[in-house]
Amino acid sequence: MKVEDKLALNKFEVDREVHIRVDELICDRCEPKHCLYVCPAECYVVRDDHVRFSYEGCLECGSCRFACDCGAITWVNPRGGFGICYQYG
Amino acid sequence: MENFDAIVVGAGPAGCAAAYTMVKAGLNVVVLERGKYAGAKNTWGGALFGSAMSEVFPEFWKEAPVERSVSRHAISFLTKDACLSVDYKDSHSDGSSTPGFIILRAKFDQWMAGKVEKAGAIIATGLEVDDFIREGKAIRGVKVGGEEFPANVVILADGVNSLLAVKAGLRGEFKAQDLKQGVKEVLRLPREVIEDRFNLRGSDGAVMEFVGHCTGGLPGGGFIYTNLDSLSVGIVVQLSALLEKRLKASELLEGFKAHPAIQNLIRGGELLEYSAHLIPVSGVSMMPKLFADGIMITGDAAAMVLGTGLILEGANFAVAAGVAAGNAAIRAREKKDYSSAVLQSYEQALQEIFVLKDLKTFREAPHFLENERIYNAYPQWACDLMSRIFCSNGKPRKHTFEVVRESMKGRFTILQLLSDFMRARRAM
Repeated sequence: MKVEDKLALNKFEVDREVHIRVDELICDRCEPKHCLYVCPAECYVVRDDHVRFSYEGCLECGSCRFACDCGAITWVNPRGGFGICYQYG
Repeated sequence: MENFDAIVVGAGPAGCAAAYTMVKAGLNVVVLERGKYAGAKNTWGGALFGSAMSEVFPEFWKEAPVERSVSRHAISFLTKDACLSVDYKDSHSDGSSTPGFIILRAKFDQWMAGKVEKAGAIIATGLEVDDFIREGKAIRGVKVGGEEFPANVVILADGVNSLLAVKAGLRGEFKAQDLKQGVKEVLRLPREVIEDRFNLRGSDGAVMEFVGHCTGGLPGGGFIYTNLDSLSVGIVVQLSALLEKRLKASELLEGFKAHPAIQNLIRGGELLEYSAHLIPVSGVSMMPKLFADGIMITGDAAAMVLGTGLILEGANFAVAAGVAAGNAAIRAREKKDYSSAVLQSYEQALQEIFVLKDLKTFREAPHFLENERIYNAYPQWACDLMSRIFCSNGKPRKHTFEVVRESMKGRFTILQLLSDFMRARRAM
C-alpha cells in the first residue's frame, strides 16, 4: 500500500493556508535532498527535476525541520484546529 | 482580558496533569490546545506504565477509554527470516502490581481533557499560541493570533516540536541524533482474532517489541500493541541514522509487516490510520532549562522520556512532571511570586521523584543504545545460534560451547562482546 493511499484514510482539516514554506529554488542547489527520505508522509517529491512540496498530507511530525541543512524549510504548525486530526493515535 | 493564574499550552498528559493539579487547588486555569480537540495531534506506540496517572486520576482505567491492560510483554530479536523472543506473561491476579494499559491517544487525551474541564479549567481547542507577553525578561502570558492572554505563569506542555520552548529561550532546537522517528499503523481486526492470535483473555493485552532487521539494523525497534479490536503496528528509528542511510521509515515499516514472524500476527488487518511522531530520546543530555521567570516546561517539550533499551516511557514522566509543575505554580501563587526563585521548586520536586532520578540513573543509556551491534550483529548471532543448536542434519554434532564460538565468528570479537557487556552494565 502506498503512503498516499494510507494518508487518504487519515482525517485532515485542510487549511487554505500553507503552514510549511519550502524555498524550492534552494532545493535545486541541495545535493542530499534528505527531505525526500525523511518525511513519513512523502510530502516532498521530485517532479520535473525539482523538489515539490505539498502540505496537505503533513502529519506535523517535524522530521523535515531536522533534515534540511540548506535552510529551505520554514516550519510552523498549521493554524489552530487545522491539519491532522488523529482518530486513534 | 482576564488575568489567569496559569496558562497551560498543550492538552496532552503533561498539560492535563498540570492543569488538573492547579484547578483542584482553586487556581484559575486555561489550557490552550492547537488541535481541533485534545489528542488530535498525538500518537504513540501504545502503553502507559507506572502509577503517575492513577495518582492524578485514581482508578482511571475504570472510566477512561483504555484498550487493554498489559498481561504479556515480549521482546524479540529479528533477522530477515528468524525471530527469537523473551515472552513474559503476568496475569496480575493478586493485584499487587499495577499493570500497564494499552491506550489510543485520540480517545484517551480527550477523556483527560474532559476531566480537567469538569474540574473547572477552561480547555480552549483549535488555538495555536504564537508568542509570549513579556515584561522585561519575565513571561506574563501568551499571544494567540492578535489576542493576548495574560497569566501569572505559563506551563509549556506542547510536545517535542515545541517552538515556544525555543522562543522562550529555554532551549535551542533539538538535534536529529537526539530524536527518533516513529511511524505507526492502526489495523482493525476482530476482538476474538486478536485474543486467539496473541493468546489473550478478556481485557488482557500484549506489548511486543522487536530489535534488529525491522529497522534495517539502525538504532530503534519495531512494536505491536494489541488494542481492543485493532493492532498498533509500527517502528521507531533514530532520525539521524535515517538521514545518514537515506532510508524511509515508511518502507522499513512495510518490511517489518512483511516479516514472516509479524505477517501472521497482523494478517487480515484493515488499515484505519497511519501516523508519525518524533520522540526525544537522549534524556538529561538534551533537557532544556526547566523554568524561568513566569514559565515552566514539561513532558516531551522538555525531553522527559526514558529509554533504557528495554523500556521507552514518556507519558508516565509527563504526568508526574505536569503535577510537579502544577504544584510549583500553586506555591508561587501562595507567595505571590512567579519568579524563577520560586519556580525552581519545580525542578527540586523532579529531583526528588523518579522523573529526574530515573533519567540520571540511565543517563548513559541513550549513548549506549547507538551501538549498531545491538541492531545487527547481536540479533543475527542470537538467531543463528538457535538455528545451529536446533539443526539436525545427519552430521555429527559439536559441543554447544563450540557452536557458540563458531556462530560469533565474523560478527564480533570476544573483546567487543565483553566491552559491550561492561557498557550495558553501566548504562542499563
